[in-house]
Amino acid sequence: MQKVVDIMKKRALQLLEQGTVNRVLGWKNGDFTYDQTPAVFNSKEEVNELVYNDFSAANLSKYLIAETKKEGKILAFLKPCDTYSFNQLIKEHRINRENVYVIGVECQGKVDVEKVRALGAKGVTGVEVDGETVTAHTLYGDKTFTKESVLMEKCLACKGKTHMAYDELIIVNPVEDKKNDRFKQVEELENMTPDERFAFWQGQLSKCIRCNACRNVCPACSCLKCVFDNPNSGVASKAVPDTFEEQLFHVIRAFHVAGRCTDCGECSRVCPQNIPLHLLNRKFIKDINKFYGEYQAGADTETRAPLTNFTKEDVEPSVISDKGGKA
Amino acid sequence: MQVENGQFKPTIVAFCCNWCSYAGADLAGTGRMQYPAEVKIIRVPCSCRVNPMFILRAFQRGADGVILCGCHPGDCHYTTGNYYARRRMTMLFDFLDYLGIEKERTRVEWVSAAEGARFASVMNDFVKKVTELGPNKRITDLRCKPEKEGE
Amino acid sequence: MQRIGVFICWCGSNIAATVDVKKVAEAALNEPGVVFSADYQYMCSQSGQQLMKDAIKEKGLTGIVVCSCSPRMHETTFRKAAESCGINPYMVEIANIREHCSWIHKDIKEATEKAIILMRTAVAKVNLDNSLTAGTSDVVKRALVIGGGIAGIQSALDIAEAGYEVDIVEKAPTIGGKMAQLDKTFPTLDCAACILTPKMVEAASNEKIKIYSFSEVESVKGFVGNFTAKIKKKARFVDENLCTGCGLCTEKCPSRKTPNEFNRGMNTRSAVYIPFAQAVPKLAIIDPTACLHFKTGKCGLCERNCSAKAIKFDQQDEYIEQKYGAIVVATGFDTIKLDNFGEYGYNENPDVITSLELERLMNAAGPTGGVLLRPSDKQHPKKIVFVQCVGSRGLRPCDKPYCSKICCMYTAKHSMLIREKYPDTEVTVFYIDVRTPGKNFDEFYRRAVEQYGVNYIKGQVGKVVENDGKLTVYGSDLLMNEQVVIDADLVVLATAIEPDKTAKSVATMLTASIDTNNFFTEAHPKLRPVESPTAGVFLSGVCQGPKDIPETVAQASAAAVKVVGLLSKDKLTCNPCVAHSDEMLCNGCSSCEKVCPYGAITYINKEVNDHGKREVRRLASVNEAVCQGCGACTVACPSGAMDLKGFTNKQIMAEVDAICK
Repeated sequence: MQKVVDIMKKRALQLLEQGTVNRVLGWKNGDFTYDQTPAVFNSKEEVNELVYNDFSAANLSKYLIAETKKEGKILAFLKPCDTYSFNQLIKEHRINRENVYVIGVECQGKVDVEKVRALGAKGVTGVEVDGETVTAHTLYGDKTFTKESVLMEKCLACKGKTHMAYDELIIVNPVEDKKNDRFKQVEELENMTPDERFAFWQGQLSKCIRCNACRNVCPACSCLKCVFDNPNSGVASKAVPDTFEEQLFHVIRAFHVAGRCTDCGECSRVCPQNIPLHLLNRKFIKDINKFYGEYQAGADTETRAPLTNFTKEDVEPSVISDKGGKA
Repeated sequence: MQVENGQFKPTIVAFCCNWCSYAGADLAGTGRMQYPAEVKIIRVPCSCRVNPMFILRAFQRGADGVILCGCHPGDCHYTTGNYYARRRMTMLFDFLDYLGIEKERTRVEWVSAAEGARFASVMNDFVKKVTELGPNKRITDLRCKPEKEGE
Repeated sequence: MQRIGVFICWCGSNIAATVDVKKVAEAALNEPGVVFSADYQYMCSQSGQQLMKDAIKEKGLTGIVVCSCSPRMHETTFRKAAESCGINPYMVEIANIREHCSWIHKDIKEATEKAIILMRTAVAKVNLDNSLTAGTSDVVKRALVIGGGIAGIQSALDIAEAGYEVDIVEKAPTIGGKMAQLDKTFPTLDCAACILTPKMVEAASNEKIKIYSFSEVESVKGFVGNFTAKIKKKARFVDENLCTGCGLCTEKCPSRKTPNEFNRGMNTRSAVYIPFAQAVPKLAIIDPTACLHFKTGKCGLCERNCSAKAIKFDQQDEYIEQKYGAIVVATGFDTIKLDNFGEYGYNENPDVITSLELERLMNAAGPTGGVLLRPSDKQHPKKIVFVQCVGSRGLRPCDKPYCSKICCMYTAKHSMLIREKYPDTEVTVFYIDVRTPGKNFDEFYRRAVEQYGVNYIKGQVGKVVENDGKLTVYGSDLLMNEQVVIDADLVVLATAIEPDKTAKSVATMLTASIDTNNFFTEAHPKLRPVESPTAGVFLSGVCQGPKDIPETVAQASAAAVKVVGLLSKDKLTCNPCVAHSDEMLCNGCSSCEKVCPYGAITYINKEVNDHGKREVRRLASVNEAVCQGCGACTVACPSGAMDLKGFTNKQIMAEVDAICK
């Protein structure tokens, strides 16, 4: 794995030297090696801090909205799943493609340290990955896990190892796509009674502290000014606690990104309350596939988004009220 | 919602497009066709003007049912408006159902300017169904899980 | 803060009998911004409007709520009244407490409560109303008439007379429509061709009129004053500019077995044909489904014999795009299919015919040369039975619920003409009612009964049975209260008329509304009978409802006047309730552009100053003359940058809040 990051650094230095790009967008370590943060490296010296490993989970595409507005070209390292968001943002004219040089980097799935902790590792000081084995160094000694058991939620629903957009690729260890059923959890919820579903979502959404982390990380939530921050939208009303916005934030947000969400899973990854927010967005994706045909946002930069499209033969909304199901 | 003599009277918001359904409602009036006073109509130019947020807002402010009426598909005054509305509402309604909110509280009906009688019967039926459901509590309770039941 | 005046109309007792108007007026004063309220018997009357005007001046009102009938009825009236006092017309909102309240509720308490909520909702909207100024758009000085029957011809002639260019698009190879198939016309009995064909010729020779025959309107885009129509000129396989209409080809054509449409299929025509002698344009046309050249690739006799070299087997459909300021719909009618009326045996028995077929049988240019011979054995029918209301005024699914209006009169005409020409013929008419309102109509009908001795029986026909070439009609005589059985040589069915089969597709194309019977809907059934609710689209003839010829011509001229009124304007005032994008919020994502049916949204790169940060952004820009204000874009917009003037997000939310309070 070390090899990949070395090639990435080498290419970054070359491209900086040639003047092809003047900045590099990648990941760097935070307080812990497993706690990484997206970073822009402005010089060859800074590029030394670039890291890329099993903890480089953050989707970097959204940063390119601001970065590609700046002078000069930026080099961006994108994982396969990041490229869906990248394409979607190109489609929405938010990223200036001319101002970015994309290097697609390989991905074997990222490790979720929260899962490591949840599996009983207390006092984690560091986590190392070696192939399929994940070792957590803790204050009470080492603990090992299989990588499969501590994989990020979003990696369990991996859309594949193929990059949807790139200028060049760095793939040293090609991996095959594993089949997964990303709608399984949505189906489980659908099969519940409305009372059970309501209890589930009430339990989950009541945990929300409105920190806006989901919104801030979401590549689809990239409005210059969010309706929830715009006093003229009729939606934002910060002062009163019992407000429309407070109660329906997640519902409105999910609808706003419907048809545009690439299912990158960042919302759930960053939620400090561990609300499975991706299950909201994934419901829309599932419905779109079911009612209007298979659609993957960000698979290309041209196809019309399903909610700005129609056919004369579309199903009627009455399919919902008529569909029966458990009461 | 309001309760009169112990009887539940739902609050129903009906969004009607100006060209077909609002005219259909006018025709119901001209024909003196009765439907419950619980139904209050908001005139919009087209069914495609109705933002899902308006529907959520109505529920959050206490509506017990929300119905959207537009021109029949193919007959939209603006050609395509109701096709978009149809997709949006299908998506929204299934999503609300997914959250456990009673799917009978939301409805889309296509009512032409000539269908005064249909407008009245649609409203009669909708009010009946919503009355059977009782007051809408879930939307406002969606993020209000009582502490004691908390995690 | 606004200063709002609320005016509650009694509408005589229409509102006041069910809604306690005083209570609504009282409640209005508790609403935010309301400084004045009043109730009055008829707000729409001169004195009602004066009451509003006085209050505007005295109380310094900035916004108005009128609780009255539907805004579709009097919104314009009240907006004009307010405007005359210096208030922007878009600061006026209507609470519909008649159609949506007093007329549908019986309980006074309940209706009053609802009226108060509707008033409160309108006040909430006015509180957020902004003054709107309408833009203008240009008017293309050319009209399109869809349909070339008497209605379309008359509209076109009148529009041309006023000096405007007008195009007639007729789907058949000739103009003239159904009137060209008629023999005589009631109540004067002058021959239809004698009065119609001069008009057809006049239309063809008028330099302001262009006739697209054998053509169809494929699509219409745009809006009042500025429509773009795509016209498909179907291939007739004959060069219009070369054909002289000599008819030699039709004589040489060996394929002669095709039912002749003009004679309602009662004789046949050749594959290359001229619809009838007075056709306009008088050009040959090849029917490729019958032509041997098209079927076998052999023949070609017509081509060889045409000295003008007009036959073009390789002719293709041609498309023409043309701009128009106004459109007249004159798509006309047809008689209904009688497949579901087995009791009359129309499909089985050649001597059971429709009235329109009888017109052809009596016409000198018809299949029998004007001699009344029955189709089966070409004998003079001695006993003729007419059956009224076949498919009209019925309750079964195959029936039309409406009265076809023209049948009583043409049946009187037919029976009179038959008795005149063949006095030895016995004529019986079965009728439900005889309806003869119209100038000289009842006199005409009475002549049939009194002077010509036509036997009218009030009653319906149960069935028509054929036995050995003889027809027997089983009916009832309601006045005698007995069953009647009559032998007949010929049975003529007064078949219901229905809108032409193209009506629905034309309506869809024009976004004009039609009723459940596919008749075009008027903008107002009494006060705007020749206008469609879609601005710039006008109605002429039977497409709007059953009519006789004088009514059709009157309506055609009325529609023409409306068109001329529109085309005489240089500019039209646009609807100011259009979409508008907030530059500071727009992401430039193109979602709105995708859903706009008019192509009214384009993108511009523009420098904005976002709180001191200057940058060039891609921004949505709405062409206000093109935008029709549907609002599709406002919902597609993720950031809420796109909003609709007059129906803003905040306003609709305020209305929701007011209702759900």
